[in-house]
Amino acid sequence: MNGLLVLIPVALGLGLIGLAAFFWSLRGGQFDDLDGAALRIFVEDEEEDAR
Amino acid sequence: MTQAASLLVERDFAVPDIRCAGCIAKLEQGLVRDRRIAAARVNFTEKRVHISCTPDAETPELIGAFSLLGFEAHPIGDGPAEVDGGASDSRALLRAVAVAGFAMMNIMLLSVSVWSGASGATRDLFHWLSAAIALPTVAYAGRSFFRSAWRAVRHGRTNMDVPISIGVLIATALSLYETATHGPHAYFDGVVMLLFFLLCGRWLDSVMRDRARGGVTALLRNMGTGAMVAGADETSRWVDATALQPGMVMLVAAGERLSADGVVAGGASRIDLSLLTGESAPQEVSLGDPVHAGTLNVEAPIRVRVTAAGADTAIADIARLMGEAAQGKSRYVRIADRAARYYAPAVHTLALLAFAGWMIVGAGWHHSLLIAVAVLIITCPCALGLAVPAAQIVAAGALMRVGVLVKDGSALERLAEVDRAMIDKTGTLTLGRPVATNLDGADATVRALLLALARASRHPLSEALTRDLTAAGVTPLAVEAIRETPGFGVEAQWEGRMVTLGRPAQPTAHSTLATQLAINGAPAMTVRFADALRPDAADTIAALEQAGVAPGILSGDRAAAVAPVARVLGLTAQTGMSPQDKLAAIARQAAAGHKVLMIGDGLNDGPALAAGHASIAPGSASDAGKNAADCIFLGDRLMPVAQAIRVARRTQAIVRQNFALAIGYNIVAVPLAFMGHVTPLVAAIAMSGSSLIVVGNALRLKGAAR
Repeated sequence: MNGLLVLIPVALGLGLIGLAAFFWSLRGGQFDDLDGAALRIFVEDEEEDAR
Repeated sequence: MTQAASLLVERDFAVPDIRCAGCIAKLEQGLVRDRRIAAARVNFTEKRVHISCTPDAETPELIGAFSLLGFEAHPIGDGPAEVDGGASDSRALLRAVAVAGFAMMNIMLLSVSVWSGASGATRDLFHWLSAAIALPTVAYAGRSFFRSAWRAVRHGRTNMDVPISIGVLIATALSLYETATHGPHAYFDGVVMLLFFLLCGRWLDSVMRDRARGGVTALLRNMGTGAMVAGADETSRWVDATALQPGMVMLVAAGERLSADGVVAGGASRIDLSLLTGESAPQEVSLGDPVHAGTLNVEAPIRVRVTAAGADTAIADIARLMGEAAQGKSRYVRIADRAARYYAPAVHTLALLAFAGWMIVGAGWHHSLLIAVAVLIITCPCALGLAVPAAQIVAAGALMRVGVLVKDGSALERLAEVDRAMIDKTGTLTLGRPVATNLDGADATVRALLLALARASRHPLSEALTRDLTAAGVTPLAVEAIRETPGFGVEAQWEGRMVTLGRPAQPTAHSTLATQLAINGAPAMTVRFADALRPDAADTIAALEQAGVAPGILSGDRAAAVAPVARVLGLTAQTGMSPQDKLAAIARQAAAGHKVLMIGDGLNDGPALAAGHASIAPGSASDAGKNAADCIFLGDRLMPVAQAIRVARRTQAIVRQNFALAIGYNIVAVPLAFMGHVTPLVAAIAMSGSSLIVVGNALRLKGAAR
């Protein structure tokens, strides 16, 4: 029973962190261009090459 | 550097040709080499490029930077508010989905312990915790349902949101009461799960609309365009279309679209009227002739004195007709709402019956209310709310892969019902651009020379030549000292000889476009151009007929120009029609009980596209046409039209199956709820089970367009 007092807040807290992280990424524009993000892995970074 | 950064201006450009990772790299790395552009960011999904540039960078210069990289760019004006409004709508829905999803998982976590036998103080604690999570969630995630239900009720109507809102509110209130009185059953998990599934459906619907709207915005050409205007001292500057005033003199280059009505004040050329009237042959204009906004200057640069701009142009008249024609379409009631008309009263009656029945039997108001709530929750249109949007978004995704953009879900529903097709000729059955007709007879050197010269020019005929010759696999010959003289043509040195590509020495027969290749002044070849049929037009007509859709031609062009096309395709044709005539033709068919699919591209088709039961426009259509149409198909092939009808019909079949599944589930579950056997556990399983089945069924549409 005492374990619950720790576990329930932990469970809720982790969930809330996940929710907050999702909102954060949404505001940061990470979901604005899903198809483009998938393609960007093929893009060579020119500046890296020059260095 | 920081000072420079603060002076930068942010601009958006639509670039429809972004197709692969290579394009992203080319644009982002190529654009910043221009000293005026500080940063460029590609949005692949919306086919847009966002750039930060110095304030002195003018629109044509920026477009030039794009075309240097081989991309066609269209400025997106200051009016993206409408587009962003839609995007923020689905973003708010996504937030609500996330909140409901979070709450659902955590309440489920607590509920599982209750179902596995937690009792006494532990159960009460878990119920209170659930309540603490559920109440804010219902208040936040349920807003859109409550608002829409309230709007409907206030106007004395009912929609899907009314039973949802009542179910959610009563179930929440009762669960709260149960929790306070240490009762065994609380429905917080059911309530939040319901909201989660319904919000998923809503969100899918809104994403679909956004995606299509993004695609259409990217295609719109006229937004924010303008013209080079000659000043008093022969200097010229760029003026936006909205700022054009009567009396200004526009310099219109060959290949440019006019931004305002006017009269020719200098030069002579041919004007392509096909978007305005459907006429395929370009018209000759010279000093003093009137010209209209939206038409294309094909031959030589001209000066045009503006007589009317913006809302006063000839287009405005067509726009007014379109507005009137579109009103008929807004009366269409979507299938989900039609279902809700019967569903909502049925659900309310059932719940009321359950309550009354158990009261009569003598179960007490508390027990009776519990059962009524169980009936409400179990019949809530969870699967129904998901059935339609899930099927439609999968279908729209499948169609997008074959090059058809569907504007919204109701377009698919209406497209599935059509049994007549009215097809415009110029630009719809035909490609709507000049295609060289006598290249096959030319020898290899001539073809290679043609390509070498043509690709150096932006003239419409040169572009047509370049496209046709490149497609035929011709390699250009090496030429030197290429020079273009506007209005005359391109000249260059080839093996010490002077070669020119330009206007033929003798004028050709009226209404034929031609260009001539000359070597050392002696004509070597005259290339003639005509508007060609789309390559698979005949197959598409056959496919339409096979699908039970009777096609016919509705053209604004002269009978003599339409007849050959009608004969080749074996279609009946009505010719020389004004926009009003086209509207009337569709109204006649509609009055005879037919559902008409209008396929057209021009400004003159705009009202007909708006009036048709469903409508499709090619990607090359006028902005008015693209705005009015329900779907847009890209590329030269016409077959996507037939594919779209087939997919729309399959989608309707899947939607009907989904309805059948949802009703079947209710037939099993409602008696159980009536008998009082539905505990929160049973409700949770039944709800998620039926939703998953419906989504799974919708996923079968994924390959429907193949």
